[in-house]
Amino acid sequence: MIETGTLRVKTGLAEMLKGGVIMDVTTPEQAKIAEDAGAVAVMALERVPADIRASGGVARMADPTVIEGIINSVSIPVMAKARIGHFVEAQILEALGADYIDESEVLTPADEEHHINKWDFKVPFVCGCRNLGEALRRISEGAAMIRTKGEPGTGNIVEAVRHMRSVNEGISWLKGLREEELFAAAKDIQAPYELVKWVHDNGKLPVVNFSAGGVATPADAALMMQLGAEGIFVGSGIFKSGDPAKRAKAIVQATTHFTDAGLLAKVSKDLGEPMVGIEISQIPEAEMMQERGW
Amino acid sequence: MTKIGVLALQGAVREHIYHIEEAGAAGKIIKWPHELDRVAGLIIPGGESTTIGKLMVEYGFIDAIRDFHAKGRPIYGTCAGMILLAKRITEGDQPLLSLMDIEARRNAFGRQRESFEADLDIKGIGAFKAVFIRAPWIESISDGVDVMAEFDNIKVMARQGSLLVSAFHPELTGDLRVHKYFIEMVREV
Repeated sequence: MIETGTLRVKTGLAEMLKGGVIMDVTTPEQAKIAEDAGAVAVMALERVPADIRASGGVARMADPTVIEGIINSVSIPVMAKARIGHFVEAQILEALGADYIDESEVLTPADEEHHINKWDFKVPFVCGCRNLGEALRRISEGAAMIRTKGEPGTGNIVEAVRHMRSVNEGISWLKGLREEELFAAAKDIQAPYELVKWVHDNGKLPVVNFSAGGVATPADAALMMQLGAEGIFVGSGIFKSGDPAKRAKAIVQATTHFTDAGLLAKVSKDLGEPMVGIEISQIPEAEMMQERGW
Repeated sequence: MTKIGVLALQGAVREHIYHIEEAGAAGKIIKWPHELDRVAGLIIPGGESTTIGKLMVEYGFIDAIRDFHAKGRPIYGTCAGMILLAKRITEGDQPLLSLMDIEARRNAFGRQRESFEADLDIKGIGAFKAVFIRAPWIESISDGVDVMAEFDNIKVMARQGSLLVSAFHPELTGDLRVHKYFIEMVREV
């Protein structure tokens, strides 16, 4: 008997991506550069987060032509973003053959209460989180992979660090609780008891957790890996920099050898201009992407 | 205790280490070529074969693993690992170890939505629940390669002397028998 779309094949692809870098791309040419640099997957987009931030307006799923063009240009997995709660965009992405759907706060939310019921799909989903409760809510909705949100399109790692530390602190806290304390803990972090219990028993998330939102340098990538990320999403950081191919390759190497300071020093040399960063306090509250999702 | 290395450039490393240790051997993470001296067998895990291949070239693993093989030490490749061990692939141009007399087809079963679980009958092991993720298959083999499992008449597991490959991921199941089989191969050397 053949079974497709099982939880094991959904979470399994995320396991295969571990220790790797997933890069935002907007054209087949960029996708090739990413693949040649050693990306484990690409995220097919119409605009990278920095441009979405700059242009404002409603950000939606990319045109299927863009996604198909990228799917046809590389042999590595292709991910694509759907708006939070927009299950029809997700249905379209599944039909196009996207290998993973990112239900993403980078796009303008389509539903301010409900996320997509991800159990309805054969294609796996990755979702963003800022803390353990948010991660477990997404997993209970069927997410097969989690990424901490950071603040997309800023080239500023501070929010990514905050969110990764917050998830890890949540896990340590649950691990240290007594069994009878787990019920109140589940209520506190607004997550299902069964998942809270699982994290308490196993001391980790039940799915792979990557870092996203603000990675601009090899050092940023290695920082997130040392803080416990299992892999890295780089959004605007590569194709908004001076020498994308070189920077992409350097970030891949930094993600593999994230504890090797000698190697990190070597690959950090002469990468050209990094993307221009944004100080978080300069972003109006209404434009903070990480606040999207509930 | 028998020491088995897992190539840790990218991919599902931890799961293999766990299976090796559960199956009664010692698992060792291999990040640099000189670390191969410390292990009697090597697993090349699933991941992205293009990524792992490029990093192998970057850090001098291609020659190091060929030497490892020349010394008769067993190597087991799962999924991406199978592609990297193959003599050639049907399409594309990417770094390969080219050690085993098989031709592999990448992403042969399709995209992620076609990824699947199925029951196999593995020669010498028996019934096995196999997890295939954007999996390759073995397009063709030369003499001397022993096919160990087929799915729908497609070759998905094979052995040639000290080389073992599977298109599927035993490390994603709770079943230790494939890892035990490989550990036996290492102990027999």
